[in-house]
Amino acid sequence: MLAQFGFGVFVLTFLLALFSVGAAVVGYFDKSDRWVEAARRAMLLTFPLITLAVLTLAYLLVTGHYELQYVYSVTSNDMPFYLKITALWGGQAGSLVLWSWLMSAFASAVTLRKWERDRELLPWVIVVTSVTLAFFLSLSILYENPFARWWQTTAGDFVPRMFAPAGAIPLTPTDGQGLNPLLRHPGMIIHPPMLYLGFVAFVIPFAFAIAALVTGRSDDRWIRLTRRWTLVAWLFLSLGLVLGMRWAYDVLGWGGYWAWDPVEIAALMPWLTGTAFLHSVMIQEKRGMFKQWNMLLIILTYALVIFGTFLTRSGVLSSVHAFAESAIGPMFFAFIGITFVTSVALLIYRWKDLRAEVEMHSLFSREALFLLNNLLFMGVLIVCFWGVIFPLISELVTGQKVTVGPPFYLRANGPLFGALMALMGIAPLSAWGRSTYKTLGRALWKPSIPTVIVPVVLAILGVRNWIALVGFTLVAFVIFVTLYEFWRSWRKSILKISRSVQWILLILLILLSIGFVVWIFLDLSNWITPVVCMLLSYFLVAIWLLARHNPRRYGGYLIHLSMVVMAIGILGIEVYQTTTQKTLAVGENIQIAGYTLRYDSLAQFPYTDGRIVTRAVVSVFRGEKFLGELYPRYDYYPSGQPMTIAGVRSTLADDLYVVLVNWENVSAAQAPFKVYHNPLVNWLWIGSLMFIFGFLVAAWPEREEETREGKI
Amino acid sequence: MLQEPNTAPAPKRGVPLWAQILVWIGLLGLLGLLAAGLLKAKNPILAVRSSVPDFTLTLFSDYEYNSASEVKLSDLKGKVVVVNFWASWCQPCRTEAADLETAWRSYEETGQVVFLGVDYVDTEPEARAYMTEFNLSYPNGPDMGARISQIFNRSLGVPETYVVDQQGILRFIQIGPFQSVAEIQAIIDPLLAGR
Amino acid sequence: MRTKNIILLTFYFLLFTASLIPDVAVSAQQPTPSDDQVNAIARQLYCPVCENTPLDVCPTTACHQWRELIRQMLAEGKTEAEIKQYFVDYYGARVLSEPPRTGINWLVYVVPPVAFLAGVTLLFRAFQTWKRPAKEPITGADHSSSPGSGHEPAKGSGTAADDEYVARLEEELKKRN
Repeated sequence: MLAQFGFGVFVLTFLLALFSVGAAVVGYFDKSDRWVEAARRAMLLTFPLITLAVLTLAYLLVTGHYELQYVYSVTSNDMPFYLKITALWGGQAGSLVLWSWLMSAFASAVTLRKWERDRELLPWVIVVTSVTLAFFLSLSILYENPFARWWQTTAGDFVPRMFAPAGAIPLTPTDGQGLNPLLRHPGMIIHPPMLYLGFVAFVIPFAFAIAALVTGRSDDRWIRLTRRWTLVAWLFLSLGLVLGMRWAYDVLGWGGYWAWDPVEIAALMPWLTGTAFLHSVMIQEKRGMFKQWNMLLIILTYALVIFGTFLTRSGVLSSVHAFAESAIGPMFFAFIGITFVTSVALLIYRWKDLRAEVEMHSLFSREALFLLNNLLFMGVLIVCFWGVIFPLISELVTGQKVTVGPPFYLRANGPLFGALMALMGIAPLSAWGRSTYKTLGRALWKPSIPTVIVPVVLAILGVRNWIALVGFTLVAFVIFVTLYEFWRSWRKSILKISRSVQWILLILLILLSIGFVVWIFLDLSNWITPVVCMLLSYFLVAIWLLARHNPRRYGGYLIHLSMVVMAIGILGIEVYQTTTQKTLAVGENIQIAGYTLRYDSLAQFPYTDGRIVTRAVVSVFRGEKFLGELYPRYDYYPSGQPMTIAGVRSTLADDLYVVLVNWENVSAAQAPFKVYHNPLVNWLWIGSLMFIFGFLVAAWPEREEETREGKI
Repeated sequence: MLQEPNTAPAPKRGVPLWAQILVWIGLLGLLGLLAAGLLKAKNPILAVRSSVPDFTLTLFSDYEYNSASEVKLSDLKGKVVVVNFWASWCQPCRTEAADLETAWRSYEETGQVVFLGVDYVDTEPEARAYMTEFNLSYPNGPDMGARISQIFNRSLGVPETYVVDQQGILRFIQIGPFQSVAEIQAIIDPLLAGR
Repeated sequence: MRTKNIILLTFYFLLFTASLIPDVAVSAQQPTPSDDQVNAIARQLYCPVCENTPLDVCPTTACHQWRELIRQMLAEGKTEAEIKQYFVDYYGARVLSEPPRTGINWLVYVVPPVAFLAGVTLLFRAFQTWKRPAKEPITGADHSSSPGSGHEPAKGSGTAADDEYVARLEEELKKRN
């Protein structure tokens, strides 16, 4: 009953979405406000309806209605309540519903506001968002229906259908298969919603861009209107990617965070164009340039979002074959094809209207550097896209299957990302308009001096790998430039603070310093943590003082800083990871990177949710000093799926990552262990936390005086 | 937002024709390619009633066919050919192995049927152990470079069996193991009778 | 009785010698390659049947067999290149982590840099054609080295610029009505 109700709501919502498309088009061409208003109301109505359907589905999941195929496939009796809720997006059908719900929510949020100034854009914004919504709803209605139930046909087969096949009897299993154990990890629980938030939020700037193209507007109003959306979309997409990396690192058990898998790349590609877009629109706002670029970038982002949505269904799809085998593949392909072709046609039609208001004068100007930025991101995109589709091409043309793997991507993207890091350092110091290499050089020489020292120091410390040398030098360059910028602005803004605030700050800093010194003396052996915290808190105070006047700029700098901090982690693990594997008898040890690990014992026991846990105890030493115990284990779930959980010892300097190798023979007497040493990897996660902080600063509402002054 | 007053903006130009043509060719070409790829991926298995492309199976060292160490499909015209894909690491393959050998023995004297065992991405020592265990006497060889499997099914699993008639046309596809000798014979006998 | 003892002794002696022979044969080979030596090669290869799984972390029985095959080949003294070539011959080019540089596969390596350079060239050419001889530079220090510090220069403009601006404004307004 409830399932039919939910399905009915879907169909109703789909029809409403179609109606709003039609009404909006009629309203635009007839210049009829009434039709446009009808379209808007229809769009707004879709949100409560879809919410109703989602709540229905959630209820069915929580109460274990296993006669529904979706409920059967992602829940089971032994699952806790919160996991049953997250099972909403644990399977393909449910995550498509989530997508539709988010699309409806965002479209409603956008159409809710008063549209007096930009009335002509409204119909087309509605058209684009409604078409996208209708597409995803049609997928749910026709192919991946979460409300379909199990039937047993006359032939004895079990089929999932919405309506009864002839002569079939309904089936009600007493228990479900349960959520894939890989999806029960906290990172995996929020990773899909984060990604989808990012994906769906990018549809809004795209809708406005199309509206601007159709109505022939060549100004940047659409960018200003959607600036917050772009920022938020980019934030969630970035977070979604980082969470995916963390999940891969924690749970997949191969000591890495990114495998250049087609699924991962499919989620990375919209991030690439989205980041380029984020930067490029600043130029359009400031200088009226790059209009054609911005249109192209947002169109690409939308197409890649749709493409990525389907391919990132974790655990289900890992190849183009699976994409094609399900019935959804051709639908997605047709939708991407049609929207992409239409968007490009529109862009070509309006191309000449989008010419820049100002021309670029110098290759050393800030505009030119932003152009280079766009180019580099497009370069990475081309590499990734080509790498993903080439196996397909090879198979079509020669019949031979090939794999395009990490060596290809690292070799091609490495220099491009390196160039991007260099840009992060150079661009903040560059100037608009007329610049020469001399003016740029004058701006750059001060932070360049400490930068040049870095590779020398590293080489003296024994670093010989040229990738590490170049990489860390670039990281240092960006850090020095950012600090330099902060320092210069600090000197100006410190004078603007009132006396009383200055005194309060001074007292605060003195108190903080005393606190930290006390902390250090409490535990002299672990002095790094309080020192790092101290530096961090000074930095935060400084940021607060500076960012008040220009949050966008300083937030941006902080985000760049967080990116290079992540780069530190990436360089450490990519260049210096070592690994070793050995079967150990009890009491035997294995050595890696100065650590010694000793196999102590093994235990096997059942857990509350029915899984069998096999857990080893390993002691870690450095030389003679005992550092702690680690508990690598693997779990066998009732559905027969194993999950490997590594025992990890994390410090700022490195990670010691121990896996119990469950595909070789494991017994209490001897067990095989695989150990990874990942230097510096935790800076990747620290960088991502900094990223969130930097983003909050960047998105801080600007005060009125600042916006009028027209700062960057 | 007044710009520098002494600059003239870029000339008002649409996209030049050559660029438009290039973009459309590239775009439509890409879409066409992806569509073709998807179509092919959707139908990875060779269609029944289509002609089977020729291939050469290099046999394991203690097997031979007609005193040769390799078998070409085209040389087998006029006979019914049963191509069976297996692997030593494949559990379901073991359930049908004895049945295949028995079926082979029943047809061996007639000389009208040839069984070919294709060992799919396997390691030689384990493969030999498998063949010894089930006393496989029909010609067996490794699928070098996984090329033969690509002909029949681009996403091949094991076990799979493909029955080719005397004119080199694929007539029957079996995904998964056979359940009995009778099942195998029920497929081959009609082909021998010319149906 | 004593003959029986002699026969028994001889039998045991022969048995003992026979049991030594495999040991002698083994010690003529190299010591069993360690897991690390196997993994050093396995991590550069992909599982021939699974999707996108490197051979050193693949949990299936088949992968276990392939790793043991690598171990055996290492024990026989084969080099890394020979082992990789064997895998390619037996299992196809897909076991390598990037396409071998033969035939059409060259496209993988060539297309991205060519496309990138083409893009750079295109933009550079566009930049060149846009460049016009500059008229008198404006007075505001637009090329100062501290970006964002000054206000946009709004003075010193000629009437020509105003006309240009007005013309564009009118054009935009026309479009909107």
